[in-house]
Amino acid sequence: MKRVVITGLGALTPIGNDLQAYLEGLKAGTSGANLITHFDAEKFKTQFACELKDFDASAFLDRREVRRFDDFSIYAMVTAMEAMEDSGLDLEKIDLDRAGVIYASGIGGLSTLEKEIEDFEAGDGTPRYNPFMIPKMIANLSAGHISMKYGFRGPSFVTVSACASAGHAMNIAFDYIRLGRSDLIITGGSEASVTKAGIGGFNAMKALSTRNDDYKTASRPYDAERDGFVLGEGGGTLILEELEHAKKRGAKIYAELVGCGATSDAYHMTAPHPEGIGAMNVMRLALKDAGLEVKDIDYVNTHGTSTPLGDIAELKAVQQLMGDHVYNINVSSTKSMTGHLLGAAGAIEAIACILAINHNFVPPTINHFNDDPEIDPKINLTFNKAQERDVKVALSNTFGFGGHNSATIFKAYEE
Amino acid sequence: MSSIAERVSKIIVDKLGVDESEVTPEASFTNDLGADSLDTVELIMEFEKEFDISIPDEQAENIQTVGHAVEYLEAQVK
Repeated sequence: MKRVVITGLGALTPIGNDLQAYLEGLKAGTSGANLITHFDAEKFKTQFACELKDFDASAFLDRREVRRFDDFSIYAMVTAMEAMEDSGLDLEKIDLDRAGVIYASGIGGLSTLEKEIEDFEAGDGTPRYNPFMIPKMIANLSAGHISMKYGFRGPSFVTVSACASAGHAMNIAFDYIRLGRSDLIITGGSEASVTKAGIGGFNAMKALSTRNDDYKTASRPYDAERDGFVLGEGGGTLILEELEHAKKRGAKIYAELVGCGATSDAYHMTAPHPEGIGAMNVMRLALKDAGLEVKDIDYVNTHGTSTPLGDIAELKAVQQLMGDHVYNINVSSTKSMTGHLLGAAGAIEAIACILAINHNFVPPTINHFNDDPEIDPKINLTFNKAQERDVKVALSNTFGFGGHNSATIFKAYEE
Repeated sequence: MSSIAERVSKIIVDKLGVDESEVTPEASFTNDLGADSLDTVELIMEFEKEFDISIPDEQAENIQTVGHAVEYLEAQVK
């Protein structure tokens, strides 16, 4: 099978609006949480989220595009543009039939749907739905728009598996390239669910933190007083390219994608399997796929959403899989900084892993105050401050409602 | 209140992202102003909202230029 490398990156996150700013945010341990500005959240149990800061879509897209795109497509496009520019790809010199877009979103255009329904309900019953409602809202249009922008005529679609969506997108993109079906794929994920229905819906599930009086520290994975996740928004894009294709054009190579796994808990709609069976198996599959052993792993970027059950189940799985090697590795949840970007989480966390490999550091799990007696204190959870480390191999987990699990392994590039 | 032609022009500029100078009576929505099939549906809906009328589909199909729209709306809106 062919080797697959990462040759371009783009990020738009609550802690930084481009790749460089995201890197700085990860190193500094910045909290991306803020009081919600997108709507009046006064009556909501949760009044904060990790929103983008000072983001102006019109700086990147023309007015007509901004009007036709839901925010999740805007975030996808803006990061795809950054990643494509970063990759140095020359559209005149590549085979566009062998270039594709495999992207992710957990939810799609929630705000578009909300607004149209509100407008209808406020009217006299005459349906005046906007002709752009459906094409703005459907979750696959991010991939559609990106393929149109670059004229990529290979496969383009979106994977939907809740918070594992971007993990699955990367897995499939990896397969297309290593099987020789495509030369390069724009992959990643985007999400724009900080809306009334988004916050209200997750609140109803008791999934979100309600620490309104100290929202900056609300996303606190592995802390004894964690009380739920903090919803985030934004996107991340990775250019995956077949190694020889990248070498031939003298591309900058960030890292190699060496293995993927996908499993299901087959247990419950939203609760993780208490023994973390699916989570352990997905990491084991990814390692096997990569031809690596447990002892090769330096860093695990966990799904770690800051929920009471999920954090423990995942750590149990990591510990069970790794045995004593678990004490040699770094573990962290960057959701402590970015919040939970749902279908985009796997993308920005993959980028965090790649940046860790390239810049020899492990981004921290911020907001740690109280040790959880259920967590083995000998595991290095990279609390509160980034740590220097020569990271060669990093594994990123993503798990979604529905019991969907995905793991992706990145390795420092060697000839 | 601004004239019907002015109100029509404002909607077209806003929805199609074109320059006001391009919105001439002869300008065709699809051929000159870059509208696609969804844009033309949206324009008709915006005219309906702005002028509080209902434009039947068979009439809407005949509204292909800025001039057609203004003519039609002037006849409907008293």
